[in-house]
Amino acid sequence: MINTYLAIVLFPLAAAIIAGLFGRLIGRAGAHTVTILGVGVACALSCWVLWRQVVDGYPAENISVYTWLVTDGVRMEIGFLVDRLSALMMVVVSFVSLMVHIYTIGYMHDDAGYQRFFSYISLFTFAMLMLVMSNNLLQLFFGWEAVGVVSYLLIGFWYTRPTAIFANLKAFLVNRVGDFGFLLGIAALLYLTNSLDYAEIFAAAEGLQDRNMLVGNWEWPALATACILLFIGAMGKSAQVPLHVWLPDSMEGPTPISALIHAATMVTAGVFMVARMSPLFEFAEAALSFVLIIGATTALFTGLIALVQFDIKRVVAYSTLSQLGYMMVAQGSSAYAAGMFHLTTHAFFKALLFLAAGSVIMALHHEQDMRRMGGLRRHLPVTYWTSLVGCLALIGFPGFAGFFSKDALIEAEHLANIPGAGYAYVCILLGVFVTSLYTFRMFFMVFHGEERLDVEARAHLHEPGWVVKLPLILLAIPSLALGWLAIGPVVFGDFFGGSLFVRPVHDVVGRLGEDWRGPVQFIIHSFKEPAVYLALAGAFVAWFGYLYRPAAAIWVRERMGPVQRLLENKYYADWVAERLLPAGSRALGNVLWRVGDVRLIDGGLVNGSARLVAWGSELIRRLQSGLLYDYAFAMVIGLAVLGFWLLFTPTGAG
Amino acid sequence: MAGVIFFYALSGVLIGSALGVIASRNPVHSVLYLVLAFVTSSVLWLLLEAEFLAVVLVLVYVGAVMVLFLFVIMMLDVNLVQLREGYTRYAPLGALVAVILAAELIGVIWFRAESLPASVSLTPRPAGYSNTEVLGTALYTEHLYAFELAAFLLLLAIVAAIVLTMRRRPGLKVQNVAQQVAVRREDRVRLVKVEPERDA
Amino acid sequence: MIGLEHYLTLSAALFVIAVAGIFINRKNVIVLLMCVELLLLAVNFNFVAFSRFLDDTTGQVFVFFILTVAAAEAAIGLAILVVLFRSRRSIDVQQMDVLKG
Repeated sequence: MINTYLAIVLFPLAAAIIAGLFGRLIGRAGAHTVTILGVGVACALSCWVLWRQVVDGYPAENISVYTWLVTDGVRMEIGFLVDRLSALMMVVVSFVSLMVHIYTIGYMHDDAGYQRFFSYISLFTFAMLMLVMSNNLLQLFFGWEAVGVVSYLLIGFWYTRPTAIFANLKAFLVNRVGDFGFLLGIAALLYLTNSLDYAEIFAAAEGLQDRNMLVGNWEWPALATACILLFIGAMGKSAQVPLHVWLPDSMEGPTPISALIHAATMVTAGVFMVARMSPLFEFAEAALSFVLIIGATTALFTGLIALVQFDIKRVVAYSTLSQLGYMMVAQGSSAYAAGMFHLTTHAFFKALLFLAAGSVIMALHHEQDMRRMGGLRRHLPVTYWTSLVGCLALIGFPGFAGFFSKDALIEAEHLANIPGAGYAYVCILLGVFVTSLYTFRMFFMVFHGEERLDVEARAHLHEPGWVVKLPLILLAIPSLALGWLAIGPVVFGDFFGGSLFVRPVHDVVGRLGEDWRGPVQFIIHSFKEPAVYLALAGAFVAWFGYLYRPAAAIWVRERMGPVQRLLENKYYADWVAERLLPAGSRALGNVLWRVGDVRLIDGGLVNGSARLVAWGSELIRRLQSGLLYDYAFAMVIGLAVLGFWLLFTPTGAG
Repeated sequence: MAGVIFFYALSGVLIGSALGVIASRNPVHSVLYLVLAFVTSSVLWLLLEAEFLAVVLVLVYVGAVMVLFLFVIMMLDVNLVQLREGYTRYAPLGALVAVILAAELIGVIWFRAESLPASVSLTPRPAGYSNTEVLGTALYTEHLYAFELAAFLLLLAIVAAIVLTMRRRPGLKVQNVAQQVAVRREDRVRLVKVEPERDA
Repeated sequence: MIGLEHYLTLSAALFVIAVAGIFINRKNVIVLLMCVELLLLAVNFNFVAFSRFLDDTTGQVFVFFILTVAAAEAAIGLAILVVLFRSRRSIDVQQMDVLKG
């Protein structure tokens, strides 16, 4: 089996290298062929691995491929841990990547950097696969950083655009902040268990739960600290508040990568990591509460920002942020299975929405402002219907995939009783309403209503070709069906097996599963919960405000001036990160330079000591009068002092 | 009793003349005060029954050294007016240091002299005690080497003084005795043949 | 009674006066030399007093040598003074500051 795993990882890498280094040789067709082949093989093999694990019941495999070095008892190696969790992620990653590869043939058709793009997305696939298949923290960190790097390359793909460069640096730097916490978390775990290997760390987890470690002068709970630090890494990667600022800017990159990286894969790395580290998080309730609260805050607040966006991609971006918050809420309430399931369904319908948005953009010749869209229903039928599926899945309309995963998540969270659970419940319920509102606002503004199109765009309007439509359809199918098929076994069944660890006291999914009677029953049960009504209410308000009576929306907007501004400025988080902190640090640096360095150190210490010596020697020089009896006088004074000290002080003879 | 009175009287004179040495404007006065100081201390040494040294003090110091001082002062043609200025600037500081020194010395002498044997007093001399004889004996037996060295030192002083101050005046006719003694007949006498008559 | 302490006090007083004289006097090198002679006199006093009270002749022998040395030193000092006067035409001590730093 090791060869299979190696093939899954190395085929995309080889394809990336060939397309990257020999792009000019093999031409455009060659580049997309070789990369699609590479990722296709990876996808097929991943599906086979998942099949083996789930259907044939193969056990999980933990294989060490290559030992890099062993130092002081710590093994640094490359290895694969393939269990239900990682197999699922492998399938998600490779399938969405494959869809994006195909889609890119159409989207990047006229672009000069065609081969480079394919190389990058294949490279990304390799990095992400390494991340999910790793069996030790070092390889996880390698994958973590690698996806960050490739994301940087891809966001700044059109590197001649200053906004793109700004965005990719921002993404990388904000990620870096998270990665710093992540690295500290790895170091903490290394310190506590003297190992980087998952198996060894998980085995030691229960014993560590009451242990404290000394940080500076204070005793901190060891496991909670390590887990929170790891989660800070997840905050960066999965764009949780306050490290969410990079994701909207990342829309500077081409749409396919928004679908691949910022909807389905890279941002979910954080969610995956928390699930993977469930044996650790389960024993640190403080960390779980932290995850819960941050996730809930993200879910609600980023959703609110989406309400005031006019760029279609930004709406979907903020929607992604919000849904990531939901996933984190699930992880925080120890409903890892529900969270992972939502991750899976979200990957499909969010990628679908991104690609649909890209299709619209392409059709309108790169117009992204929703105010210049409208009534596209007649012109882009396939896009219209697949988008509808995606939107219904997103809001959690009963029957669609998103409904099953989201509702399971909400109800599981409701059963959690760790600190912060009540606050989180309120946030996610409100979030349902907000999600529905902005989703259908977008839908109605784009596809319904009167046409507000630009004349130029109107003239060229046509639906894009099959390379675009096929992925849309292929992604719409799971968005419809996956919920029905998978929720039973995945969430309430034994799908994840031993890969997720939940302590009985936290087992909300288990308790939820006691009432599980099948999907239909689940749908009926959901009508007793507020979530469905909130979703429908949101859709209704959107219809009312944007289709039926647009004047109402304008009336609301005029009344909500300050709130509007707050949302438009993204709660001023960007302002803090771009203006306040840098300006503050620069001012501090300035002060330290002018006062500290120049005045104190240069002037005071360096020059000052020279001046002190000069002043002292000036004084002493006056003693050298050249007059003999002055010297004699000095001698006598010395004699007098010596005599005094010797005779009358205790330390002398006295 | 008489000894006590003598002592205090002579001490007063001595200290007064010492002060006079340093306080006089005229250097000649200072020299004369110094002479007085020496003579007085000579008498005090007589009180201490060191006659030889007392006499030597007068002979050597007063007779030779002070006279030498006077010679030099006379010779040097000092500008007296200039000498009268610039006394008081350092006087306070100097006085202070002097007082401190004095305090220390007196403190040691009167209050901290534990190592001195308890009963230090004048041991009575036997009759026929000659200070000169005792001193001579000690000098020529125990300290003979030092004595010879002292003599040598004096010779050194003479030579040094002459070397320092001697100057040759140009155009001075001085006899070179060695040259004179080494003269030969040929250098002084020359026989010349002279004709007895001359043709008219 | 006149004891050792009295003589020692006397010599101390002489010494201190001479020391004061060395740096109070700023104008006359000759007075400087005379103060040196006073110093030596004070020391001599010390020696003689101790010699008498401790009944040891060594003190007086030492005085002898001090006398010798003092005479020699006075002679040479005056010789130097004469030479100095010849070149500088003045015995003002404050003008002799060639060593000034």
